[in-house]
Order: sequence, then structure tokens, then C-alpha cells
Amino acid sequence: MTATTARPAGTRGGGTAPVIEMRGIRKVYRSGRIAVEALRGIDLDVHPGEFVAVVGPSGSGKSTLMNLVGCLDTPTAGTYRLDGEEVSGLTLDRLADIRNRKIGFVFQGFHLLPHLAVYENVELPLVYGGVPARRRRERVMELLEQVGLADRAAHRPSEISGGQAQRVAIARALAMDPAIILADEPTGNLDTASGSDVMDLFSELHRRGRTLVVVTHDPALARRAARVVHLRDGRIVDDHGEPAPPPTPQEPPEGGPRIAGRGPS
Amino acid sequence: MRPLLVFRLFLRASRVRRKRAALTMAAIAWGTLSLLLLLAFGEGLRERLVTANDAMGRDIAITWPGTTTRPFAGLPSGRFIPLRAADVPLLRARVRGLDGLVGEAIRWNVSLRVGRRVRNTAVIGTEPGYGRLRNHVPRPGGRFLDAADMRERRRVVFLGDALAADLFGEGVDPVGRRVLVDDVPYLVIGVMRHKFQISNYATPDEDHAVIPLSTWRAQFGSSDLNDLVLRPRDPARMEATLRGIREVLAAKYRFDPGDEQALPAWDTVKTGRVMRAILYGVEVFLGLIGALTLVVGGVGVANIMYAVVRERTREIGVQMALGARRSWIVGVLVLEAAWYTLAGGGAGIALALGVVAVLERVPLPEDGGLALLGRPHVSPAVGIAAAAILGAVGLLAGWFPARRAASIQPADALRTE
Repeated sequence: MTATTARPAGTRGGGTAPVIEMRGIRKVYRSGRIAVEALRGIDLDVHPGEFVAVVGPSGSGKSTLMNLVGCLDTPTAGTYRLDGEEVSGLTLDRLADIRNRKIGFVFQGFHLLPHLAVYENVELPLVYGGVPARRRRERVMELLEQVGLADRAAHRPSEISGGQAQRVAIARALAMDPAIILADEPTGNLDTASGSDVMDLFSELHRRGRTLVVVTHDPALARRAARVVHLRDGRIVDDHGEPAPPPTPQEPPEGGPRIAGRGPS
Repeated sequence: MRPLLVFRLFLRASRVRRKRAALTMAAIAWGTLSLLLLLAFGEGLRERLVTANDAMGRDIAITWPGTTTRPFAGLPSGRFIPLRAADVPLLRARVRGLDGLVGEAIRWNVSLRVGRRVRNTAVIGTEPGYGRLRNHVPRPGGRFLDAADMRERRRVVFLGDALAADLFGEGVDPVGRRVLVDDVPYLVIGVMRHKFQISNYATPDEDHAVIPLSTWRAQFGSSDLNDLVLRPRDPARMEATLRGIREVLAAKYRFDPGDEQALPAWDTVKTGRVMRAILYGVEVFLGLIGALTLVVGGVGVANIMYAVVRERTREIGVQMALGARRSWIVGVLVLEAAWYTLAGGGAGIALALGVVAVLERVPLPEDGGLALLGRPHVSPAVGIAAAAILGAVGLLAGWFPARRAASIQPADALRTE
């Protein structure tokens, strides 16, 4: 049995515009004469402030969906509006800009650049985004403090633990104050303790009004999410959860990146 | 394109494997060294050959008495046309655009004696202008013939350097001493400075014994000339000048002015042009060989960059995910390739200049093959050519691998675990 509507039960739909709005998304991979349908018609809405977990067996199309949401790939059919902007048909350079400004990635393998220090890793999206040097410095130190790693700013990724690396990655993802945080198995390579730290961080971000979409096998992480979307064989088969808590009232971000709330981390 | 950003990203690019970088830069350095040295030796060869060719006289022509091959004004062909001393002032007055024209009279098998040393050689009688036209430059302390020598029919002689050494021995200054020319004592007024020379006629310049034409006529009793030596003011007008000379002499001696065999001429402007063209061809050929060697080095750089792209695939995927544009990624890789090439090229250039500088200090043998090849010369044109080729090689070596990087799909790259 498949559910194709993706409006979470009891949500405040209609009032706030969805930050992710997908309709009829299909993705077909072609290799010679073999075609693989990874996604067979996905309709998905994610509203600002939601914490969504995407779960499903391997081969269900989770990674493909992740890539499409993150504008790392384009759908074969369907429409995708991110933060109100239609994404299909955009040029590669424009997509790069969108990834820079609107999406914060967190990967299972952390994917920090090994030859750059922690500080420079977090700084990288700001460099791409053309943020001036002084503002970059302020922002990076803000973020490192928020994840509790300001004292590791000069270290190389090889000199910090896995849990710390993932927290650096999260700081990097937050750098340009993106519309969504997109995480692919963020606790997959972490031990229980570090994984728990990272999950706490995600919960904290959610509490402050961040929109989080997380693909995960980890039931503990899925539990933390308010909404769980089940994928199987390229379709959404289940989508339920408590309504997302209303975001803490604050001014909408203007212009340059600003931290969403401040507090002990 | 944001070049400043790309440069900043280039500075943050991955550290390279040191050994790999060193080997690549060594290949480029070697290629640059080869290119520069080949071009420099080619340039040096050309310079030396042109100098040697001009040693006989720059942009001059020699004309000889000849035989008519056409009948003219009732006179048959096969007539011998002489050259006489009186023709020289006639030609100087009538032919336009002359920088200089002198007559040369040669007496063969004259014995020259100093003490017990004897040489049987030719004695040349000519005018002071000959020294300038034929590059007979006296060593310091001596001089060539002058107008007073001609006027007073002085018994003075200017000796070629080899002849002077034969007669007086090394280490003796012949100037001011006497030599017996067919038992007539002459005063040596100058010795020729040694020339590196490849062209000649009659006798080698280094064996010359030159006396004033008036003295020559008094001693040997003839007013016939063996040849004329001339130079037009504008080398481009050599052929017109030769034609002018033929016309004047044809009127005097009555032969067809179009009959070139009546007054054969050796036009060194024309032969010099041919030689220069050949030498440019040689230089281009050498440059091509050097450039090919450099290109091979460039292939090495490209190889490295392909490996770099392969190794950095995931890193590039991450950068794209964070918002890096493809053109920035391409730009960084091209800059890296350019950096390898310029660093290696700089080393090659420094080495080449060093080799050239060392060779400049090494004394050259006076004549022979090494004298021709032993003076490589790096001209600005050579330097610019080398730099341009280096730049092109570096950019291309980076361009193709970088294009492959630009085609990386971030989704695939990130999946690489």
C-alpha cells in the first residue's frame, strides 16, 4: 500500500510555504540498455522548522532522494521547488550557488578536506559565497563555539576524533545559514557516545527552528525526528509524525549569514 | 570567473606529493633547458656564420674582367674585356649610389723575405678605401694604406696576420720593420687583426701583402686591374649598382651591357641572403626539436594532473556540494599545472643561462668547427619564444585533465567510499 500524499498529519499546512516541495519526482538511471528506476513518483512537502527522518531498506532510493533534494543531481521527471524557487532547468552554476547558500550537507564520512585545518574547512562555504574576510572570521568562530570546538580551530581533521569531525561538518553546514540541513547517515561512522552527541546537536538545531532532513538507518536518530518518511522501492510508503513544533519566533534572516539563536552548546 | 577567488582556492589546494612534484618539474626543466640551448646554439651558429661571411667584406661585390659572349656593334663575341686603373675614377664619377669602389691589382709568386725566412705569395696593389671595404683592420700600433702613401708612391706594406707570423715569427711586432719584396725593401706599416673568415677569392686574407697601387705599378709595371671591389650605399640596390657599372664599362669597352659574362660579378648581398635564409631554417628546425622535448615534459605534467584529478575526485565532489562552481575547480587545476610548468621552466631557464655564461668565459679556438658552434647566444627573441612555449604547454597540460574534473558528478563522487 502506498501513500502518495505527503502532507504530514495535523500540520499547519497552508500557512507557511514549504521549503521543500516535490511533485511527481522520478529518477531513472540509464546504463547502456539497462534502465533502473530509483524513484517512481515522489510527492514530498517539508515545511520550515521540521525535523524529518527518511528511512527505508537499501535500494529504496533514499540516497537518490537525498541527492535530488540537495541539488546534487536532477530528476528525470517532476518538479522541485526549494525555498520557493523551481530548481529543475537551472544552470549548473546556479545550482552550485543554491547548494552554497540554501543547503548545508552533513555526510556519513564527514568529508572534511584533509589538508585544511578545522577553521579553513568551516570557512570554505563562506569563501565560495564571497563573504569578506573579517565577516568570515567572525562567523567561523561563532559556529565553532556553537558546536563546542573553538579550541580545535587550528587542528587538522586527522588530529580530531570522528565525533568531533562530524561536529565540524555540522558547523560547516551551518556556515551560510542555509534553508535546510541535509544529513546522510550522520551517525553511521560514529560510536554510540559520539553519535549521541551529534544527535543532541541536531535536536538543539531543531529546537532553534532549523529545518532538518536526515537519511538514516539509526532508529535512535529516527526517533528524535518529529516526522518519519518511509521509502521502499522508490516510493513513499509511509509518512507520519507529530506536527513540527512551531519555530521560536525570530526575525527572518536578511542578507548575510547570521546564527540562528545563541546559547550554550 | 573571479580570478582572485580561484587564486585563493589554488593556494588552499591539496599539498602535493613532493617526489612526484620534483620529478615532474625536473622533466619540464630538462625540456626547457633543451629548448633554450638548441635555440641558443642555433642563434650562435647563425651569428658566427654571418660574421665569418662578412669578414671578407660586408655587402660588397667583386667584379672581374671577363669575355663577351655576344657580338656587339660589329665586334665579335669572345673578346676579352680588361679592367684598367683609369676605370676606377670613371666609375666613381658616373655610377650613382656608391659607398666605395677600388681597383685591386694582384701579382702572383712574389718572394717576400725577412732575414732568412722567405714566403712566395701574392702582392696586392690597391687604394686606401680597400681596407674599409674588405675589413682589413690593423692591429693597434699599425695602420692601413692612406692617401699620402698613394700620392708619394711609398714603399709601404700591410701584412695579413698569418703572413706576418710566418715572416717575423710570433711575439715580434712587424710594424716599423722591413721586408724585401722581390728584393726591394718595404716598410711594414700595419698587420691585419685576425678575422674569423669563411669566404674568399684570389688569396686568403690572412696571407695578404697589400701595397699602394701607385707603388705596385711602379714596381711591376702594369696598369691592368685584376678586379674591382665595390659597395653600394644601400645594399638593397646592389643589382642596380652592378648594372650601372656594366653600362659605363660597356660604353667604354664596347660590349653589350646585358652581357653579364663580359664582366662577371660576385654579389655577396645575394649570397648572404641565401645563407641567412638557410640558417633561419636551421634555427627553426632546432627550435622544433627543443619544443618537442618540452612538450614531452608537458605530457608528464598532464599525466600528473590526471592522477591528481582521480585522487581528488571525492574532494572535488565535496567542494561542488559546498557550492564550488565547475569553472573554479578547472581554474585551480590549470593553475596547479601552470605552477609546475613555470617552476620547472624557471629552473631550466636558469640552468641554460648558466651554461651560456660559462661557455662565454671559455676561450674559443680561432678556427674550425668549435669556433662556429662554441658561442651560444640567448637573444630576447629566444627568451620570449621559450616563455611562450612554456606557457602554452603548462596551460594545455592543465586544461585537459581539468575538463575531466569539471565533468565529475558530485553525486557519484560522493558515493566513492
